[in-house]
Amino acid sequence: MEVLFLPEFGQFALILALAMACVQAFLPLIGSFTRQPLWLAYAQPAAWAQFTLLAISFILLSLSFLFDDFSLAYTAANSNSALPWFYKLSAVWGAHEGSLLLWLLILAGWTFAVSLSRGLPAEVLARVLSVLGFVSVGMLLFVVFTSNPFDRILPRIPVDGADLNPLLQDPGLIFHPPLLYMGYVGFAVTFAFALAALWSGQLDSAWARWSRPWTTSAWAFLTVGIALGSWWAYYELGWGGWWFWDPVENASLMPWLTGTALMHSLAITEKRGVFKSWTLLLAIFTFSLSLVGFFLVRSGVLNSVHAFANDPERGFFLLILLAVTVGASLLIYAIRVPNLKARVSYSLLSRDVLLLANNLILVIASIMVLLGTLYPLILDALGTGKISVGPPYFNALFVPLMLLLGVLLGLGPLTDWKQMQWQKLKKKIWLAGVITLVLGVAVLPWVYDGQWHLYVALGLTLVLWIFTTSLRDLWEAAQTKRGWLGISRSRLGMFFGHIGAALIVLGVTMVSNYGEERDLRMQIDQPVEVKGYQFTLKELIHREGPNFIADRAIVEVHNPSGKLINTLTPEKRLYTVRGMPMTQVAIDWGFLKDIYVAMGEELTADAWAMRVHYKPFVRWLWLGALIAALGGVLAITDRRYSSKKAQEQLTAITKGSL
Amino acid sequence: MKRFLLFLPLIIFVLVGAFLYKGLSMDPSARESALLGKPMPEFSLPNLHDPLQQITQENLLGEVFILNVWGSWCPSCYDEHEEIVRMAQAGIPIVGLNYKDERSKAFRYLSQLGNPYSLVLFEEDGLRELAFNLGVYGAPETFIFDRDGIVRYHLAGVITPQLVDQVIMPEVRKWQTAQ
Repeated sequence: MEVLFLPEFGQFALILALAMACVQAFLPLIGSFTRQPLWLAYAQPAAWAQFTLLAISFILLSLSFLFDDFSLAYTAANSNSALPWFYKLSAVWGAHEGSLLLWLLILAGWTFAVSLSRGLPAEVLARVLSVLGFVSVGMLLFVVFTSNPFDRILPRIPVDGADLNPLLQDPGLIFHPPLLYMGYVGFAVTFAFALAALWSGQLDSAWARWSRPWTTSAWAFLTVGIALGSWWAYYELGWGGWWFWDPVENASLMPWLTGTALMHSLAITEKRGVFKSWTLLLAIFTFSLSLVGFFLVRSGVLNSVHAFANDPERGFFLLILLAVTVGASLLIYAIRVPNLKARVSYSLLSRDVLLLANNLILVIASIMVLLGTLYPLILDALGTGKISVGPPYFNALFVPLMLLLGVLLGLGPLTDWKQMQWQKLKKKIWLAGVITLVLGVAVLPWVYDGQWHLYVALGLTLVLWIFTTSLRDLWEAAQTKRGWLGISRSRLGMFFGHIGAALIVLGVTMVSNYGEERDLRMQIDQPVEVKGYQFTLKELIHREGPNFIADRAIVEVHNPSGKLINTLTPEKRLYTVRGMPMTQVAIDWGFLKDIYVAMGEELTADAWAMRVHYKPFVRWLWLGALIAALGGVLAITDRRYSSKKAQEQLTAITKGSL
Repeated sequence: MKRFLLFLPLIIFVLVGAFLYKGLSMDPSARESALLGKPMPEFSLPNLHDPLQQITQENLLGEVFILNVWGSWCPSCYDEHEEIVRMAQAGIPIVGLNYKDERSKAFRYLSQLGNPYSLVLFEEDGLRELAFNLGVYGAPETFIFDRDGIVRYHLAGVITPQLVDQVIMPEVRKWQTAQ
C-alpha cells in the first residue's frame, strides 16, 4: 500500500499548477502595463513549473490506474483489475476528469514548447505565455472545482472497478484522444499569438510568421486525430460507416475547417500583409470553436454516442468559461483591431482573392456544421420540439461546398500573388483541364462497373483536377537550378496537403457510390454471395478473453474466381463487468477494397445473422488524411523556420518594428 | 459604422451563447436505454426518512412501480415534480432515488414541493449502488420496473405532461395488466 497517498500528491500538484498558471497569466499582464521587464520575465519559469506540476499530477493519476487504486472514484468508474496494463493507462483519459487533465497537460506542453522558441522578442513571448496562462487558469479552475480526478470514495472502497467502456478498449482509442487534443489545444497557441498582437497593437506580418508553424502543427495533429477517430468508428462500432455527423465529430470538424482556413490566410498575411484583421478573427474563431465543441461534448446539451458525464453544474461552469474566453477575446478584437486599410492592392484574379474564397467557403462550411449541430438545441429553445438534422442536411450542403473548394484548390497554387493575367493562367492549366475532363467525365466513371454515374464523374474529375494542377505546380517549382531537389519543403508540404485532400475525395467518392452492405443469414457450410465474393461460415467457437466472453465465427471468403482469399474471424463479445455486448469486426483489407464481416444475432445453434460490407477504396480516406498531415509536417520543417540565418533576419525585422 | 461591424462576431457569439445557456436547462431527448429488459440490480440503500432502515431490491419487487432519480441540486427535477405528484395521485407507486444530495436539502425540497414518493432511497455521492448500476449519469431519470423487477422503460430527462399521458401511464398500465 505504498501508493496510498499518491492521489493526494497529484491533487496537490494540480493546485500548485493552478497557482503557477495564475503567476504565468497575471504577472506578465501587470508587467506589460507597468513596463517592468522583471515581471514579464516571470512568464517563462512559471510556464515551466506549470508543465512540470501537471506532468507530475498526470503521472500520479496514471500510477493510481496501474496499481488499481479503486479508492479513487475516477479509477473505480473507469478501470478494472483484469484490464491489460496499456488499457489501464489509456483509461486515464477514458472519461471526463482524466481527459481534462490530459487536455491541460497538453496545453502546458504546447506552452512549454512556445516558451523555448528562439527568436521571439521577450515582450511578445511574455504576452503569448500570459494569454496561454489565462486559458490554463480557466480550465484548471474547472478541473479543481467540478471535475477532480483525485476524488476518493471513502470509507467504502469498491473491491474492483467498473471497467473501461469496452468501446474504448482498442488500440485506436489509445492514440485518438491525445492526437485530437494536441490539435484542439494547439490552436490555443495561434489564439494566444493573435491576442498578444491585438494587445500590443503590433499588427505587422511578424506575428503571422510566428504563428504559422504552430498553426500548421496543430492542424496536422487534428487531421490525424480526426482520421484516427473515423477509422476507429469504422472498425469498432461495427456498422461500417466512417463519418456519422455526430455532434462530437462535428465538434472536431469545425475547428479543423476554420483551422484549414487559418493556415491559408496566415500565408497571405505573412506574404502580402493583407487580410490582417480577418486572419486575427479566424485565429480567435478556430480556438473558440474548439472550446464550443468542448462545451457541447461535456455539458450534455446534445445527444451523442460519445456521451460524457452530464452534470448541470459542470455545464454551467463551462458556459461561463466559454463566455469569458470567447467573449473577452472578441471584445478585445472589436476594440483593438485597427481599421486597417490594406495599402496593398490585388486584382480580382490573383492568389489573394482565391485564398479569400477558400477562406469564405471553409468558414461557411464550418458555420453550416455549427448550425446543423445546434439545430436541435435552437429548436428546443424556441419551443418547437426536438428534431435533429441528420446526414442528409450535412451532405446536401457540405458536398457542393467542397466541390467548389476543390475547383479553386486546383487554381490557387498556379496563380500569382497580387495579379494574374488570365492568358497566362490559361496557358498553365489547359493541359490539366483537358486531361481532367477527358478522363474524369468520359473514361473513369465507366471503368468500375461499366455504367456512368454522375457523382462518380464529379468526384473523380475533382480528384484528377487537383492531381494534375498540383503536379504542374510541382513541375514549375522544379524549374530552378537545383531541379527537383531545389523544391522547398513548404512547397512540397502544400503539394502533399492538396494530394491528401484529393485522396480523401477519391475514397469518399468510391466508397459512397460503389460500396455495398448486406445483412445475411449465414449457416454453417452454406455459402452466400455478396458482390461476387462467396462467404462460407465454417465454424462457431466460444472463447474467453481476459475480461470478456465471446462467440467467434470462422468465415472463409472466396473471390469471384473461386480462390480462397482469406479466413475472417469476427466476434461478438460480452464484456462481463459492464454486461456490455460488443461487435468485433473482421476485415480483409486492401488498397482497392475492404471486405468487412460483423456478427449480428444468433439465429439458431448453427446460424447467425451477419453483416457483410464491401468497401472499395475506403482506406484512401485515412491515407489521404495522413498524407495531408505529412504535408503539414514538411511545411513546418521548412528551412526558413529553423535556419539560424532566417531567425536572425526575423529578429532584425522585429527589432526594427519595435 | 465600420467599428460596429467589428462587434458583429461578438454579438453573434452572445446569441449562440444564449441558446447554449438555454440548452443547459433542457435535457437531450430520451436515450434508448441499454437497460430495457434487464433485471433490477442488487442494492442496499438507506431510507431517506429513516437512515437505519436498509432497503434492498427484495423490498421493491412484486408490483409495477416507477423509479424516479432526483436531487435538490437538479433544476429540471423541480420542473417535473408536478407531473410526479400527478402520477402519484393517479395511484401509481413511485419510488424516489435521491441522488448525490444531502439529507437536509432533500428534506427541504420535499417539504416545499410535497412528497409524492411512496419511499425515497438515499444514495450519497460516491456510493456505488443502485443509480450507479443503472447507469444513471444525471438527474432526472425515470425507470419503470415490472412485477419481476425488469426494466421496462427508461427516460433520461424531464417528464413532461405529454410523456405522462401518452407514454408513461399507458406503459405502467400495460405492465400492471400483463400476466
